[in-house]
Amino acid sequence: MGGVNSEGFVERVRRAARVFWQSKDFSKKDPSGERENVQKSNAQITCGSRVIAGAAALLIGIMTVPQNPSSMSGSLRLAGSSSMEMMASALAEGFMEQNPHVTVTIEYVGSSAGIEAVLNGSADIGTSSRKLKEEELARGAVENIVAMDGIAICVDPDNRITDLSRRQLADIYTGKLTNWSQLGGEDVPIVVVGHEAGSGTRDAFEEALGIKDRCVYANELNSMGAVKARAALIPGAIGYISFTVLDDSVRAVSLDGVAPSAENVENQSYPLCRPFVMVTNGEISKQNEIVRAWFSYVTGQEVYGGMDRR
Amino acid sequence: MNTGKVKLKKEVNSILCGPRKNNIKESVMEAFFAACAAVTIFVVISMTLYMLINGLPAIRKAGVEEILLRTEWKPTAEEPSYGILNIILTSLIGTLSAIVLGVPIGILTAVFLAECPHKRTAGLVKPAVELLAGIPSVIYGLLGLYLLNPWMYRLERKLFEGSETHRFTGGANLLSAVLVLAIMILPTVINVSETALRAVPSGIREASLGLGASRIQTIFHAVLPAAKSGICTAVVLGVGRAMGEAMAIMMVSGNSVNAPLPFQSVRFLTTALISEMAYAQGTHRQVLFTIGLVLFVFIMMVNILLNYILKKDKESHGYEKEKK
Repeated sequence: MGGVNSEGFVERVRRAARVFWQSKDFSKKDPSGERENVQKSNAQITCGSRVIAGAAALLIGIMTVPQNPSSMSGSLRLAGSSSMEMMASALAEGFMEQNPHVTVTIEYVGSSAGIEAVLNGSADIGTSSRKLKEEELARGAVENIVAMDGIAICVDPDNRITDLSRRQLADIYTGKLTNWSQLGGEDVPIVVVGHEAGSGTRDAFEEALGIKDRCVYANELNSMGAVKARAALIPGAIGYISFTVLDDSVRAVSLDGVAPSAENVENQSYPLCRPFVMVTNGEISKQNEIVRAWFSYVTGQEVYGGMDRR
Repeated sequence: MNTGKVKLKKEVNSILCGPRKNNIKESVMEAFFAACAAVTIFVVISMTLYMLINGLPAIRKAGVEEILLRTEWKPTAEEPSYGILNIILTSLIGTLSAIVLGVPIGILTAVFLAECPHKRTAGLVKPAVELLAGIPSVIYGLLGLYLLNPWMYRLERKLFEGSETHRFTGGANLLSAVLVLAIMILPTVINVSETALRAVPSGIREASLGLGASRIQTIFHAVLPAAKSGICTAVVLGVGRAMGEAMAIMMVSGNSVNAPLPFQSVRFLTTALISEMAYAQGTHRQVLFTIGLVLFVFIMMVNILLNYILKKDKESHGYEKEKK
């Protein structure tokens, strides 16, 4: 037995409470939960938290740029990736402030379902945390990349390991490495935490490492918050989460010596990058007034200078 | 007899309203009540049909054997496999273990509440049980996630120290789920068995005590057997509760599909539905509906068993009355 569990009970509970309140995904599971409140709190967290990197960091710039209220009215329906929840709800909040007569609704149904919803007309914009497939492009979907996200590899804060190679990471997730001592850490078993089958984050992660469907998970959880909570609470746990939900309850390790930072995601030197896409059915210029306003709101800022504006 | 009835009817009519108006009101209300009852039946039938229509295509596509009798669950692989045997076994064994753990505690608590002379202690226990029943399942899950799991992980590491083959789960395993379920079924078991125990006629107790039996003997040999059917009902309701629970065990069981061993991360029928429904497509989605259908069938069986017990209970009482 290593001394990892020496942490006191009170401290553990306190840490647990902190992890919970920061992991908003729990509220998402509650069917009666008030979506507006959730969005509001997300937006506040996006603005307030000092550790949020990657795509979310870019949002802060948008949120603080004052705009004149417009008289446009109607509704805008978004559907898609739950990885983009923080980003989409923060943008929706800002957009509705600027356009008080426009109602933005967002459904988090997964990237593929979101793209499908745009193509069959049940949503105006689909949010996708992966690039579009050939067949989706062929059916008229247009890929508008609005941000880049990184997938952070997080471990519990007491873990001594600070850097992993992609090879080591693949070996951990396929079950070849089972103890941190094999990687130069303490003698603590590795608890492999991941997302459920069908999750966009899991697809992106497994594909980037070339270990699709060969992973041996000890825990398969269906929300970012739950994965983060596990990684924070269980000594020796390792998990992968979007940069947008990263905070200091867990520690993100660097990959092949590249630190998990917003800059490294932006210049794409970080190995686990993926685009955040807002899909439209046909070019943006052919969309209705509200959709065009949405995109000029999202991409019109200088902070997106380095991104593909289309 | 006949004349008395007619007299009564006339009296009622004269006080409230005329006979004709009354008849219309009666028939309208009767139709309304029938409509309300029909809604329930309609809902049940349409739900059953919906589950069958959505759950059967996957079985037809992949084959009964492929789904129900295989253990490999890889729904998104290149060559997907949809074996849910491990999931079914997990639900059965998890529920059974929770019953084995929870029911004795529940029944003995009920005995304490119904038979114990210490009214003040019972007055503390009763509200506690009621409170336990009112706590939402997600709270049980949270406590399990943040308190039980780390504690369980310590136990796991002690037990499997130096093991090369064991896959460490971080304490999220079948045992955690069983413990949470056992606590969650307690209020159901306690309340229903307590009612059953209180319904035992005091004559049985008095007769037993009068024959020189001690209190313990009276409880175990006279009162509990007399309340047998009520206690069976309590157990069956507990089974239903444990089998249908999802939120709490979702948070503590680890959710990987494995054989139901105490220190393995497992997935139940309910959690298999929740965890993948959001993103599943095509055959994967249909198989999830099949899982729902299997759960539906299990719950139906539990309900039929319950009805059988209640019916038998009624019959035996009727028999006793006739004998008297």
